[in-house]
Amino acid sequence: MSPTNSRVDVRKTYKLYIGGAFPRSESGHSYEVADSLGKFVANAALASRKDARDAVVAARKAQASWAGRTAYNRAQILYRIAEVMEDRRPQFVQATQQSEGLTAAKAEKVVDEAIDRLVWYAGWADKITQVVGNANPVAGPFFNLSTPEPTGVVAVLAPQRSSLLGLVSVVAPVIVTGNTAVVVSSYERPLPAVTFAEVLATSDVPGGVVNLLTGSAATIAPWLAAHMDVNAIDLTGIAGEPALATELEVAAADNLKRVRRAPAVEPDWTLDPGLEPITAFLEIKTVWHPIGI
Amino acid sequence: MTNPFEYAPAPESRSIVDIKPSYGLFVNGEFTEGHGTSFKTISPATEEVLAEIAEADEADVDAAVKAARKAYEKVWGPMSGRERAKYLYRIARIIQERSRELAVLESIDNGKPIKESRDVDVPTVAAHFFYYAGWADKLAYAGRGTDPRPLGVAGQIIPWNFPLLMLAWKIAPALACGNTVVLKPAETTPLTALLFAEICQQADLPPGVVNIVTGAGATGQALVSHPDVDKVAFTGSTDVGKAIARAVAGTEKRVTLELGGKAANVVFDDAPLDQAVEGIVNGIFFNQGHVCCAGSRLLVQESVADELLAKLKRRMSTLRVGDPLDKNTDIGAINSAEQLAKIRELSEIGEAEGAGRWSPACDLPETGFWFPPTLFTGVSQAHRIAREEIFGPVLSVLTFRTPSEAVEKANNTPYGLSAGVWTEKGSRILSMANQLRAGVVWANTFNKFDPTSPFGGFKESGYGREGGRHGLEAYLK
Repeated sequence: MSPTNSRVDVRKTYKLYIGGAFPRSESGHSYEVADSLGKFVANAALASRKDARDAVVAARKAQASWAGRTAYNRAQILYRIAEVMEDRRPQFVQATQQSEGLTAAKAEKVVDEAIDRLVWYAGWADKITQVVGNANPVAGPFFNLSTPEPTGVVAVLAPQRSSLLGLVSVVAPVIVTGNTAVVVSSYERPLPAVTFAEVLATSDVPGGVVNLLTGSAATIAPWLAAHMDVNAIDLTGIAGEPALATELEVAAADNLKRVRRAPAVEPDWTLDPGLEPITAFLEIKTVWHPIGI
Repeated sequence: MTNPFEYAPAPESRSIVDIKPSYGLFVNGEFTEGHGTSFKTISPATEEVLAEIAEADEADVDAAVKAARKAYEKVWGPMSGRERAKYLYRIARIIQERSRELAVLESIDNGKPIKESRDVDVPTVAAHFFYYAGWADKLAYAGRGTDPRPLGVAGQIIPWNFPLLMLAWKIAPALACGNTVVLKPAETTPLTALLFAEICQQADLPPGVVNIVTGAGATGQALVSHPDVDKVAFTGSTDVGKAIARAVAGTEKRVTLELGGKAANVVFDDAPLDQAVEGIVNGIFFNQGHVCCAGSRLLVQESVADELLAKLKRRMSTLRVGDPLDKNTDIGAINSAEQLAKIRELSEIGEAEGAGRWSPACDLPETGFWFPPTLFTGVSQAHRIAREEIFGPVLSVLTFRTPSEAVEKANNTPYGLSAGVWTEKGSRILSMANQLRAGVVWANTFNKFDPTSPFGGFKESGYGREGGRHGLEAYLK
């Protein structure tokens, strides 16, 4: 094909997702993303320390009102994310195929699983309180009720290998209960995350509830682990890096962040996740009131 | 105001307790020598030396962990929940039978009033063992899967403010879930833990299931960093809690931390003020204010501040400070010279920073460690006495105008253990309870505890819950 006949394609600039907007990295840095065969695909923004801090500010700003929505409303919004993903299936299949080197059939399955997982988590929004809450029969004339509340702002290091299903599996359980998230995507496979961010932006998810940074967890995570306005951190994305995990846990102790520890190897994301990914970022609050006094 | 009632001394008899001149460690079901430098435990009310206490060094801690591991693998882990339950019920019963002895010993070693150790601490200890005994054979119904498993050996470190109660909070759920424990009581209050060791013997609890190692920070450090400990449970200061979180970083050890607090006790203008005054007094002067969830910041709505403060001062004037064993005593001795120095220092800083200090006239005993019930008015959020945990009978009073200001001030702290709300308006209680970032919210009451009710903090007050069904999570996988 001669150059004069072929249409020049419009290449996409992949950006960060902070506070509902798509900024470039304030550092101006980007990095080359290759497909599973090593072929150049695109440039992604290389998030900096400052981007991480901006993302925390956005997440904090959004947290109270997100937690203040009804559980029913959060459920609907998570379900809406699944709907919009379904609508953009081919794009996700292609992105997953490209970044994870899967066959078309396997990529289809991964996308199915990711969408179904969102639907599963969406349903938990208005059920988790009933499952992990408690009325307590105290030995006295008191009403006594324990209910779960979101921990607050959660930093999430998304898995390095499973760029879509793994990502959805660590983000959905955090936000479904009213936490807001600062997510660091897979370094080598960031593009499905950016596409996911575009879905979030069009799924009624308020800006700041999920903030997505593409770049190196090893570079950004220490700032998030040490950040005094982050309440919890999920280290799943640095599976198999015990030295870095230890360093981050030590930093997280400065304000006693809740830490979901890094596994030795990245989990099998097709398994039933159970409730632990949700409950890891909940606080139990117990309210007492006298009866008849 | 003069006190219309004159009280004659009504001391509880000490004759029920038999304090030995010296105590060893409790390892593998027996009292053994410690190899560290032994130390003395004193009565904070009289400064008299009560006993010489062995210090566990690293090797002693190792021996205790080995005993716990062996008991876990050979006896306690394999034992059915039904049988474990019966041991715990036995312990609960013995605690009830020996309750007066435990209460008197607690008041002697800790300095807390006998009416508190007798009516609050010890009954709650027995209740805690009863409650968790019942869980031992019902764990499959706790909502944590059909076959929840114990973690193994738990290393537990408890503070001096509720020595026996904190022991119960740690040991009862751990044992019910099938774990074995090595527990370190605080160095200033080891005696009731050592009496509890005798109770374990009396109950024929298999050797090694409960081990008690006495000592200070170094002993605790050895326990936390021991590689064969699967679980660390700590109640104490936020600084030490952070050090523990760092120490276990990169390990598989599970951790629960019950740390400091700076609770706001929020009084609205429509609150039942007399009831609120009782709650405020209970909130900050219970146990000399040595309570992590103490209501140490009073937030009172401006329109009722003067009226409330007048009532509060009048009530404070009736508080009786003195002999912990006297049944009429409301406020006992400060637990240690070190803690007294800290309370004095922060109170002086409160004055220096411009807050108004007030205490009722009260005679303090000549010997021992004492601090009068104290309140500070005109406190701003920037004052150190509004930000730092004093852990003594010192109340900082702040005011607010609107509910949202109250929420903002109440939550303006790195801590998040507890909070109080006083108002007659139901919807306001629920709205405040929703917005306060604290693990326990007491509405129109304060400082209530129950084995069935989970307790624990948000933010820098720690993580994990003790009590209730939620308390099982800390000891199961």
